[in-house]
Amino acid sequence: MVFFTYLISGISLGSVYAIIALGYTMVYGIAKMLNFAHGDVIMVGGYICYIALNSLGLPAVLAVILAMIVCTVLGVVIEGLAYKPLRQAGSLAVLITAIGVSYFLQNAAQLIWGATPKNFTSVVHFNLPSGLMSLGLSSEALITVLACIVIMVALTAFVNHSKLGKAMRACSEDKGAAQLMGINVNRTISMTFAIGSALAAIAGVLLCSSYPVLQPTTGSMPGIKAFTAAVFGGIGSIPGAFIGGLLLGVIESLAKAYISTTLANSIVFAVLIVVLLVKPTGLLGKYAPEKV
Amino acid sequence: MTEKKPVFEKARMVPYPSQAIIPERDLNKTPILECSHLGIDFGGLRAVDDFNLTIGRTEIAGLIGPNGAGKTTVFNLLTKVYQPTRGTILLDGMDTAGKTTAQINHMGIARTFQNIRLFSNMTVMENILVGLHSEMSYNALTSVLRLPAFFRSERIARQRAMELLSIFGMEDTAEAVAGSLPYGAQRRLEILRALATNPSLLLLDEPAAGMNPSETAELMENIVKIRDTFNIAVMLIEHDMNLVMGICEGICVLNFGQVIAKGTAEEIQSNPTVIEAYLGKQQ
Amino acid sequence: MKNLKKATKVDFATYLGVTVSFVIMYILQTGGHLSSSIAGQLVPICCFIVMAVSLNLVVGISGELSLGHAGFMSVGAFGGIIAAQSLAGAVPFAPLRLTIAIVVGALCAVIIGFVVGVPVLRLRGDYLAIVTLAFGQIIKDLINCLLVGYDSHGLHIMFNISGLKSINDLHLEETGKAIIKGAQGAVGITKISSFPAGFILVMLALVIVLNLIRSRSGRAIMAIRDNRIAAESVGLNITKYKLMAFVLSAAMAGAAGALYGLNYGSLVASRFDFNTSILVLVYVVLGGLGNIWGSIIATVVLYMLPEALRQFSNYRMLVYAIVLILVMLATNNDQLKALLRRIIPTRKEADAQ
Repeated sequence: MVFFTYLISGISLGSVYAIIALGYTMVYGIAKMLNFAHGDVIMVGGYICYIALNSLGLPAVLAVILAMIVCTVLGVVIEGLAYKPLRQAGSLAVLITAIGVSYFLQNAAQLIWGATPKNFTSVVHFNLPSGLMSLGLSSEALITVLACIVIMVALTAFVNHSKLGKAMRACSEDKGAAQLMGINVNRTISMTFAIGSALAAIAGVLLCSSYPVLQPTTGSMPGIKAFTAAVFGGIGSIPGAFIGGLLLGVIESLAKAYISTTLANSIVFAVLIVVLLVKPTGLLGKYAPEKV
Repeated sequence: MTEKKPVFEKARMVPYPSQAIIPERDLNKTPILECSHLGIDFGGLRAVDDFNLTIGRTEIAGLIGPNGAGKTTVFNLLTKVYQPTRGTILLDGMDTAGKTTAQINHMGIARTFQNIRLFSNMTVMENILVGLHSEMSYNALTSVLRLPAFFRSERIARQRAMELLSIFGMEDTAEAVAGSLPYGAQRRLEILRALATNPSLLLLDEPAAGMNPSETAELMENIVKIRDTFNIAVMLIEHDMNLVMGICEGICVLNFGQVIAKGTAEEIQSNPTVIEAYLGKQQ
Repeated sequence: MKNLKKATKVDFATYLGVTVSFVIMYILQTGGHLSSSIAGQLVPICCFIVMAVSLNLVVGISGELSLGHAGFMSVGAFGGIIAAQSLAGAVPFAPLRLTIAIVVGALCAVIIGFVVGVPVLRLRGDYLAIVTLAFGQIIKDLINCLLVGYDSHGLHIMFNISGLKSINDLHLEETGKAIIKGAQGAVGITKISSFPAGFILVMLALVIVLNLIRSRSGRAIMAIRDNRIAAESVGLNITKYKLMAFVLSAAMAGAAGALYGLNYGSLVASRFDFNTSILVLVYVVLGGLGNIWGSIIATVVLYMLPEALRQFSNYRMLVYAIVLILVMLATNNDQLKALLRRIIPTRKEADAQ
């Protein structure tokens, strides 16, 4: 019974990781960059939702939509100002810039909203039947898992069947060839950042609903974990990010419960290392050997 | 076709056990390379199958065939970039099973690449010095402490590198960054880097690609010169038939991963299977 | 040979520059002309120079992105602290104790470097980056579980996995002292680090890295970075040279960590988290990949920058972030590079007239 409770909380946490990882994996797939600022977009999403709920008094749905809009704009602006000029530069230059953006967002948040943690009010307002509650299932967890599944399915359909989705896949394979086929590469990358950031906003709201402490560094660790999840599942792969996120959440939750609270993160990372050593491109990643 | 070109002196090709032919002058020495039933599959596709080849101690051998025939794959098998699925490779009579690419180099095979692979951020001199790596014996500690052995070994290696560069008259480019060299010079540098590892068999993957006729003619002379100076065997993949027919003693023709003909230039030129592979079936 | 001479000149200028800066700062420090905030940063700057130089060996020379370099610093720091604290009675002469501590710190980091490096260096690119990041986190968490004390029976070490134990569970004697108290970190450290020791460590790191680069082994490492397949084809042992760069870099980070740790009265493992690894990476990238003197200058400038931005008070880190982004954008902007190229000759012409 207790195990079941931990499993549920793991799946719920894993769903948040999965949503962030989906954004991460899309951005990585197309821009081939470790976007360390992604976690901080989550934090911004959390704050916008908090403001909308508490200061503007908006209903929960509108608050979430507002957070998504702000984050989408933020993502596109960051990409356009900081990453786009570096498209031809080395990957390390982009990485450092992403770190600069991450510092910027964290410190800007601290200046605007202060360093003291805010107590986030959940956006989920209904109660589950008491039978489910006694199993350790919370309404937040249920919504999180459902949201994650819906997003996963929608994203897969979008990437496989829509015109923009196909353009994204083309760009991630070969930007030069995609450009020659008449795809606007810059616009496609920009759109990818938009989608990734919107997902980050949703993840931020769900994360803060389940773990209601909001501060400028809230996004860092989930960001790193979600990236780990994306790599775990095979970076660039949408189902991989989903599976990776869920597994990571479950492992973390069970490790916390049964092994050690202090070492929970370490155990997650250790599992990642083992997986990569056995399968160097993650669970669902494709191995492309260098042509000689 | 080849009347006006310089004629290179070739050995008479004589039969060798197991259906192979090698140059008469190499008959009393162990062949440098003996492949038997060599093959590799890529996920069900038989990229190379039942590849048999014997190369004499000082032979210049050619490996030709249409695009996609599996020529570079053979090179990759010989140098263990790919581990063969089937068959054996004997290098100087020694089995190479289970060896790594680096160990194969120590055993005596050096190669160049179809798409040039230089250490492009390093200078020409440094590229050759990397080739001479195994010839130098001082260790990391000696270099950190700058012991006399370091300076001695470096000086000798640099002299040797300059000698190698002089083969192609490239001494004055020694300090240029390798990636900034013109295409032809990059190909030549790759050959020199391979030679620096002191091989007994040199594999050249399309050495004349991108060269004009006069450069190719010079290259032909240089390949023969290298063979004569270092007393080694050379095996080359090339699409330039003037080069192949001009200097290769034994020629092997590959199509769809299979050997379709072996013999001297004259035999290959008149072989109907080869003509068909290149030109399609004559009506 | 010309290139050798040119490289030697650059190396020599690097040594000279570091020595001259040290002498000036040392005279100012002993004369009491430095503000306490600057004087207090001399040792940490030396440590971070060693960190940047050693990380440059991995990222710039060997071409592998490591995001866990602070983990090795951490191992070195706590290894060094344990050595120095437990030898306080046996080796009263502080400089000797510091030397031992630094060597112990480096050795601890070498061991961890091997453990991490052997499996991890099989991975490539961003996969290697994420695994080094993971290792950095694991090392931090493990040290947070560590309980170490010293008494007349020797060292007592306990691993507090459940999080329920405390330093009292070591059952130290009355005269014994706690060295590492789990998540509270190392406490009651006798500060024995000094600026001259930092200078010596920087010079040692420079001699090792610069001499290595301009040798057979260094060329092998760079060849593998430039083209792994070609490097294999000329007979280089890829694993050996990648591991050499990685472990040597870990050793230097460990030594820097020991010096750093013994510069403070107390130290927590979270000081060496992911952000510290990133900080050092920023020094290396801004200083130029493979450019050793660039790493030194970038470290000094960026380490002092938050201090120099003190007048911006709360906006300090925000400005730091903006400066970082702008510098990256500027250094990678082709138009700006072209513009600079046009400006610099004009200035020379003007000087000539």
